[in-house]
Amino acid sequence: MTDKRNNPKAWLYLLPAVILLLIFSFYPLINTFRMAFLNGYNGLAIIGGEKFTFGVENFRTVINNVDFKLYLRNTVLLCVLTVPISTVLALLIAVALNSIKPLQKVFQTVFFLPYVTNSIAIGMVFNAMFTQVGVGDLVQTYGIINNIIGLFGAEPINFVNTGSSWGANMFVVCTYIVWHALPFKILVLLGGLQNVNKQYYEAAKIDATSKTRTFFRITVPLVSPMLAYVVITSFIGGFKEYSSIVGIFGESMGPAGSSGQMNTIVGYVYNMLPKSNLGNASAASLILFGIILVVTAINGYVSKKKVHY
Amino acid sequence: MAAAVKNAKAIDIASSRRAQTASNAVRLTVTYVFLFVMAVIVIFPFYWMVISSLKTFDEYRENVPTLWPRTIVFENFGTAFEKASLVDLFLHTLYVGVVSTVLSLIVTVLSAFAFSRLEFKGKNALFGLLMATMMVPGELYTITNYLTVAGKLPFFDEAVSWLDITNTFAVLIVPMLVSVYYIYLLRQTFLQIPNELYLAAKVDGTSDFKYLWKVMLPLSVSTVITITILKMMGAWNSYIWPRLVANDDAHKLITNGLRGASFVTETNETNYPAQMAAVFIVSIPLFLVFVFLRKYIMRGVSRSGIKG
Repeated sequence: MTDKRNNPKAWLYLLPAVILLLIFSFYPLINTFRMAFLNGYNGLAIIGGEKFTFGVENFRTVINNVDFKLYLRNTVLLCVLTVPISTVLALLIAVALNSIKPLQKVFQTVFFLPYVTNSIAIGMVFNAMFTQVGVGDLVQTYGIINNIIGLFGAEPINFVNTGSSWGANMFVVCTYIVWHALPFKILVLLGGLQNVNKQYYEAAKIDATSKTRTFFRITVPLVSPMLAYVVITSFIGGFKEYSSIVGIFGESMGPAGSSGQMNTIVGYVYNMLPKSNLGNASAASLILFGIILVVTAINGYVSKKKVHY
Repeated sequence: MAAAVKNAKAIDIASSRRAQTASNAVRLTVTYVFLFVMAVIVIFPFYWMVISSLKTFDEYRENVPTLWPRTIVFENFGTAFEKASLVDLFLHTLYVGVVSTVLSLIVTVLSAFAFSRLEFKGKNALFGLLMATMMVPGELYTITNYLTVAGKLPFFDEAVSWLDITNTFAVLIVPMLVSVYYIYLLRQTFLQIPNELYLAAKVDGTSDFKYLWKVMLPLSVSTVITITILKMMGAWNSYIWPRLVANDDAHKLITNGLRGASFVTETNETNYPAQMAAVFIVSIPLFLVFVFLRKYIMRGVSRSGIKG
């Protein structure tokens, strides 16, 4: 009964999971590669009994596609802009939280709030905050954000409405993504800070080390594993960005009149699907997978050299 | 002489200490101001959502927006319920959420048990394979799954119509049942239960299944709750898959319905107060989860950035 080495009954327990994974994970994985490398694959057999030929045509089509280039640029920029900003902000907030006693729990609760939200729903709130009501001379209100920046003497900016610029759109999307990314990062970094041995700080105090030096020489190295972790996960999340932009702009992925202006790689995949451009969709998703693998590998390499355990 | 030096030193220490307290006070003030400003920024969108949902359309459109509604109205909530048919959306989502959570828990518990307590050939290889799938972006699966649920089988050119399950509740539940992350989470919890308990149960002749049900599950309640909350929130927040495969009115889920709903007035303007009311209503269950079940989410979150 207690045969320790091989218990075939284990497979009975695993059966539901394995069957579902075979159908909905492993088969799709193989099939995506197949579709990506069949030239012009659209799910239908070519009339006359011909078969699709193997090749890299789909990849060539995708890479040379004007839309895809814009979406790729959007995605890369989103990552490059939001990951450092949100990580630095989260680290500052975590350090600040860790250094206070009264109100610490209150602040901690507040900063976790954006995590438990619906990214589409709150995206719509961001749209409302940045949007102007009315057009041209008939503008009734420029929106609350424009009113706030107006207090500092700035001219109202068309952030998300018809005719708004790519840069203004980018600003709104980045603001939202950073806002949304903070809670997870603060949580992880604060957890790391609270586990740092207090003796390091006491030693620094005795040596009269300045606070800045303490921060860069003690705090940052000691939380570097957590920093590496949040940077990797947010890069992966950033390259898969899609829902936040749907939240702000809707399915058109851009302001009225310039749909697709803010679209991303994932958005490209979902654009291709209903059009039966399965070969292109598969190729694009493999490119995304490749980017994520490379970024993860680079991050892993850098953190191996820099992360202090 | 010596006394004078001592005295001077004492004065020196005292003044440096005073300077230190002063700089500490400054630092503390700066810290609190920084945290306060960030907290305001974090809360502001929620605040804006709530007060906008309570404003009249005219007040919302005022040139300089009011920071507190001059007249508080609740009619926006009625408009929101009607325009977005929120009751239907809510019932669909509740049904999908409950059924998929129950089924998913069964699958997860059984697999986590096999991976943590049973010995079988290929166990480590299979677990490694499962872990590796966590690296793969979901979009890679979505393309083929989109075909599969429409009845398109491998090696067949034509879709099999009776296998087409698009626009059903099943299509929203079945493909999402297995989450490798939940299996991993529960396996870790199971592994913390001492093996002696299992061996003792074996000696007593308890079956594996009975042991799992009577001993392991009760000891792992908190992880089961974490998985339940994350899975329910997943159903509540899921957008892409439901939008793709079940976009009809009879099966629409709440997030998809919210984004797709039109809040346009007779004069063809977006009725922002009604829209914000709808967003508010959709956010309420999440706020309740946040208030009462925060610690379970935090426990799951700190181990992974994966949502739902």
